[in-house]
Amino acid sequence: MTETEFLLWARGPAFQGATVIFVLGVTFRLLEILLLGRKPNLAEPRGSAMLGGLRTIVTRSFPDAGTHKRSAFTHYMGYIFHIGFFITLLLYAPHILVIEKAFGVSWPALPTTVVDATAVITMIALIAVLLHRLKDPVLRFLSNFQDYFAWFLTILPLLTGYIAFHRVGLPPPALIAIHILSVELLMVVFPFTKLMHAFTLFMARWYNGAIAGYKGVNS
Amino acid sequence: MKNDQTLGEILRDQGISRRGFLKFCAATASLLALPPGSVTAIAAALESARRPSVIWLSFQECTGCTESLTRSDAASIEDLIFNTISLDYHHTLQAASGTGAEDARQSAMKENWGKYLLVVDGSIPTGNPGFSTIAGISNVDMLMEVAAGAAAIVAVGSCASFGGIPHASPNPTGAVSVADLISDKPVINVPGCPPIPVVIAGVLTQFLTFGIPELDELHRPMAFYGKSIHDRCYRRPFYDKGLFAETFDDEGARKGWCLYKLGCKGPTTYNACATTKWNEGTSFPIQSGHPCLGCSQPDFWDAGGFYQALSIPTGDISRAAVYGAGAGIAAGALMGALNRGRKSHAVRVHKKVTIDDLEKEHEK
Repeated sequence: MTETEFLLWARGPAFQGATVIFVLGVTFRLLEILLLGRKPNLAEPRGSAMLGGLRTIVTRSFPDAGTHKRSAFTHYMGYIFHIGFFITLLLYAPHILVIEKAFGVSWPALPTTVVDATAVITMIALIAVLLHRLKDPVLRFLSNFQDYFAWFLTILPLLTGYIAFHRVGLPPPALIAIHILSVELLMVVFPFTKLMHAFTLFMARWYNGAIAGYKGVNS
Repeated sequence: MKNDQTLGEILRDQGISRRGFLKFCAATASLLALPPGSVTAIAAALESARRPSVIWLSFQECTGCTESLTRSDAASIEDLIFNTISLDYHHTLQAASGTGAEDARQSAMKENWGKYLLVVDGSIPTGNPGFSTIAGISNVDMLMEVAAGAAAIVAVGSCASFGGIPHASPNPTGAVSVADLISDKPVINVPGCPPIPVVIAGVLTQFLTFGIPELDELHRPMAFYGKSIHDRCYRRPFYDKGLFAETFDDEGARKGWCLYKLGCKGPTTYNACATTKWNEGTSFPIQSGHPCLGCSQPDFWDAGGFYQALSIPTGDISRAAVYGAGAGIAAGALMGALNRGRKSHAVRVHKKVTIDDLEKEHEK
C-alpha cells in the first residue's frame, strides 16, 4: 500500500466505517438510557421540573466557588483542555471542510498560528491533568484502565495532527492518514467509554435539576 | 561534435564566454542551495566532464516530458549543456529510424558500457509484453538490457518515477515504475507531469558535477524536491490567515487567496514549482489561479479528486450516518425492550418482606 492509497483508505472506507460505528453507538447508548423510563412520580409537584432542569443545565456549566476552592488545578486544566480541544477541532480550516462535507454548514477559520498554539496549550493541559491524576493518591486509586485509555484517545488526534501540520518524520500523506486514523479510533471507541459524557452531560444535568425542580428546590 | 571533448571545450566552441559559464555555475549553486565556494568546484567539474553518452528510452508515455524539455523557450546554457550531451538514442528526437536507430543504441551501449546515463520516460507495462514495444522489443526487455550497462538511471516524469497515469486505477497494462524493476543501479526520480525543464537540467548538472545527488525516500533529488509546494507558496500567508478562495471566481479567487479548499495538493506535494516556476520563471499553476494537482507525487491521479480538499472524507458520510443511526435505533430499541422485560420480570418475582418475616429471621 502506497502512502497515497493509505491516505485514501483513511479518508474513504475507514472514515465511513468509523462514522457508522460512532453514530450507531451514540444512538444505541442514548436510546438505551432513555428507554429505561422512570416510575411516575405521584407526589404533588412543588415547582416546574422542566424549569429546574433547564436552570441546572446552565448553573452546572459554570464553575461554583466551592469546587474551585477544593480543586482549582483540575478546574482550570479541565476548562483549558476542553476549550482548546474544541477550538482546534472546530476552527481549523481543514476540519471545517470535513464538517461542511458531513453537515453542509461552515464558518470562518482561525489563523493556523492560533490553532497551532492552542493545540500545544491543550496538549500541555492534558499532560498536566494526567500527571495530576498519577500524583494524587485518591485520583490514582479511583482511576482504572478506561480513564487512561480515554486520555490517550483524546491526546492522540492532537499529537498526530500537530505532527501532520508540521510534517515531521514521514511523508505528508502518511502523516495525514495517521491523524485521520487517530480520529477514527476516537470515533469508534467514543460511544462505549466515558467519552460518551459529551452527549449525556446535558441530559444528566437536566435530570438532576428536574428532580429538584419538581420538589420546588434548587439543585 | 567529438565524443572525447570535455564539456568546457564544447561550451567554448559554442561561443559561451568564461563569464557566462561561471554565471551559470553560480546560478546552479544557488539553485542547489550550495555555498558560494562550491561555484568553482561546479565549474571545475563541468569544465573537465567528458561528454556523457545518454540513452533515452520512452515507454508508456505521452511525450510531454520531452516536450517540456525541448520547448524550454529561449536558448540557455542549460540547453547548451543538453546539446553537449551525446544523446545517442531518443526515438522521438533522433532522425534515424528502424534498424539504424536500434543500431545507434547498440553501438552507444557497446562503446560506453558501464558509463552511459540512461534516461527513461514513461512507465513499463508488465502485463502483456505486446502492450508497448519498440522495434519489436518489449519495454521490460529493452529496459533490462540497457540498464545493465548504465552508470545510473534518471527516471524523468511521474510515469517513469511512479507509474504515473498508466498506473492509475485499474492499471490495465500492469504499469510499473523504473525503480519497481531495477534495484541494482542508482535510480534518480525526476517526477512531475511533466517535470520542470530547469529541474531536469539541474539534476543532470548535479549528476555531472557531484555524481548521484542526495535523494529523498522516493529517490528524488533533495535539492529540488526537498520542500513542499505549500512551504514555498507565495499564497501560504493566506492559508495561515484562514483566507481561502471558495470558488474559482469569487472575491477570494480574485484577491489571490489560498486554493486549499479548491483541492490544492500543495501541502503534500514536493517539487520546485513555487521557486523555479515555469516558462523562464513566469508563473506556476497556483500563481495562475489553479490548485496544485500534486503531479510529482505517487498515484496523484488516484488521490481522491483534483478539486477535493485533502482533508475531506471521500465516501458518502451522510449515508454512513443514516445506516449507523438506523442500526443504532434498532439495537437501542431491542436493548430497551430487553431492559423493560428484565424490569417487569423483577417486579413480578419481587416478594414483599413484612415485619413478621423480619422478626422470624431475627428469632433464628
